[in-house]
Amino acid sequence: MSPTDIYKLLKSDKTGFAGFIVLMCILLMSFVGPFIVPLDTTVKLNEIYQSPSFKYWLGTDNMGRDIFSLIVHGGKDVLIVAILTGFFSTLIAFFLGSFSGFVGGKMDTFLMWIVDVFLTIPRFPLLAVLAAVVTLDNNYLLAALLAALSWPGLARAVRSQVLSIKTRDYIEAARVLDLGTRHIIFKEILPNIMGYVVINFIFAMTAAVYSQVGLIFLGLIPLSGQNWGLMIQFAWVRGAIFYNGSLMYILAPIIVIALFQWSAIAFTRSLETIFNPRLRGAK
Amino acid sequence: MKLIKRLKDPQTYLWILFAGIIASWPTVINKLNPARLGVIGLFFVYIIIELGVLKLIAIRKDIGLYPWLQSSFLLRRLLRMLSTIVFVVTLTFFMIRLMPGNPIEIYIQNQMTSTGMSYQEARDQAAALYQIPLDEPLYLQWLDYLWNMIHGDFGKSYTSPGTPVTKFIVDYLPWTIFSVGTGIMISFIIGTVLGMYIAYKRGGFMDHSLSYFSSITTAIPNYLLGILLLIFLGVQLKIIPVSLMRGTAPPGVPAGFTFTYIFGIFGHAVLPMFTYIVSTVGGWILTMKNTTLNTLGEDYVQVAKARGLKEHRIILNYVGRNAILPLFTTLVMQIGLLMGGSPLIETIFVYKGIGWAMGSALGQRDYPVMQAIFLVITVAVIFANFLADMLYSKLDPRIKTNVAD
Repeated sequence: MSPTDIYKLLKSDKTGFAGFIVLMCILLMSFVGPFIVPLDTTVKLNEIYQSPSFKYWLGTDNMGRDIFSLIVHGGKDVLIVAILTGFFSTLIAFFLGSFSGFVGGKMDTFLMWIVDVFLTIPRFPLLAVLAAVVTLDNNYLLAALLAALSWPGLARAVRSQVLSIKTRDYIEAARVLDLGTRHIIFKEILPNIMGYVVINFIFAMTAAVYSQVGLIFLGLIPLSGQNWGLMIQFAWVRGAIFYNGSLMYILAPIIVIALFQWSAIAFTRSLETIFNPRLRGAK
Repeated sequence: MKLIKRLKDPQTYLWILFAGIIASWPTVINKLNPARLGVIGLFFVYIIIELGVLKLIAIRKDIGLYPWLQSSFLLRRLLRMLSTIVFVVTLTFFMIRLMPGNPIEIYIQNQMTSTGMSYQEARDQAAALYQIPLDEPLYLQWLDYLWNMIHGDFGKSYTSPGTPVTKFIVDYLPWTIFSVGTGIMISFIIGTVLGMYIAYKRGGFMDHSLSYFSSITTAIPNYLLGILLLIFLGVQLKIIPVSLMRGTAPPGVPAGFTFTYIFGIFGHAVLPMFTYIVSTVGGWILTMKNTTLNTLGEDYVQVAKARGLKEHRIILNYVGRNAILPLFTTLVMQIGLLMGGSPLIETIFVYKGIGWAMGSALGQRDYPVMQAIFLVITVAVIFANFLADMLYSKLDPRIKTNVAD
């Protein structure tokens, strides 16, 4: 499929395309933006809680810092943790799911029991208790923990896909040709469930943002530096919701997180059309 | 490959278990009391049934206990529920007992440095707080911990000394069940009705606007939605008097079936409930629209129309009943999600339910309260799962035969 084809498919679903554009903007802003927009964290007491102006696009916070630059600089950590979590959990889920579906038998029953158990445990309270015991001060540890709790849903989906694909004719043919388990999983089965995997990658990302910002909001992650979650927590603790002047301080990170979540989920609709050829004819 | 074959064979695990029992027997025999014996007994019953050991030792698979156990849907679900609870309790036990920097060690260190206690005294105090006998070998500690949890004996709070954790739970849990339960019910009813409505009037104004509304509200994390509601309804538009609504019940009004009391309860829960409703109703609308559209194409609906049945009868009995069925599985997931998110929502609105209690315990690092509330929320979710399974199998009898594994 050529890039122009992909672009056409992207544009075919309006909501999905809008999601794609917004998502790209947020990613650009967070990863490229910090090199363009300077961050000035000095306290300026004469410029506290300014309303939006040309100098300060989104106004200033309780220490006179530019909220726009805080938003630009605050996205990187949140998004890195989200992407890492999506990556780790997809990896675990893909391997365990395809293994479980392929091997079958008691192993399959056992793995699915574990999946069942993990799916019933409410994730956020468990994370909160864990965060209170372990000090989660680096991004990788946080992502690993989030991933360790978010793989089961996808693992089950992958397993059922593998189970249904396993018996198809072309897999039988590959078996007869003696192409090996690795070839069958990566060359025959993976392309077929790619759509599933990518879409679940995005869902895992949004779930990671939910849990991560929630944990920060409850003050369970000892973070420093710029971070959307921390902005919300500081603004909340300082009662920013009660004054008109400080409203932007809490609204800006909330809106940017909401936009990210919405655009990521909307984007999955485009991905569905790209990865599922059957949906294309329906338009 | 030989190793995998071994690992797949349940008999391997039986032998390991057997060897473990033989090896530890001399130490166990002196320490057995009815409680520990009971827990061990429960385990054996569980393992025998769940892991299919009976299948191995059953001489005939068509008579006796084995087929009865396998055919009873209720029993299988009950066992699943119990095993999940045991798993979660074990998880928390290892979390507070064995993890690096675990709360028990930290507590002992703190007591020793701050009050000048000896190590043994500090250790005894920690043991009393957590209801774990720290001097026993680890597996006995675990058994006793399990037994205490089964009893509902959760230890004592750090921060308010002498208060058993059970009191926290009895005081706070009902409010969360009330607000989450009512929220889900209202949202489910509104969502299914609207979803069916826009499925009939698809392509219209309502369809478009509700679809957009749903895709936005389901995407935003519910606690952020809560903050937004607080800002706009409470502070900007001043529709809801936020400062009067902290806590769960109106102060000074005696509890009872009086109008003021019941009105007050609903008034205090209105913001958390509204948040639950707004954040979940979109999901119901979208799924209900889809399932209704699928059902409308079914043969039996066409036949019902051809038979000239009344329109409302077709909508309720033929389309509605069948379209709503798949939503019940989602309902269960929603209960879990909302109960799990309650520490955030209740902290935001200072609604004193179990989530708020957990939030404040987390803030003060009150580990016994924290782990107990985590367990209680989990058990509530597991129990809700179980109830929903039972309800679903009543509504859709096909599930009973399909699920048999």
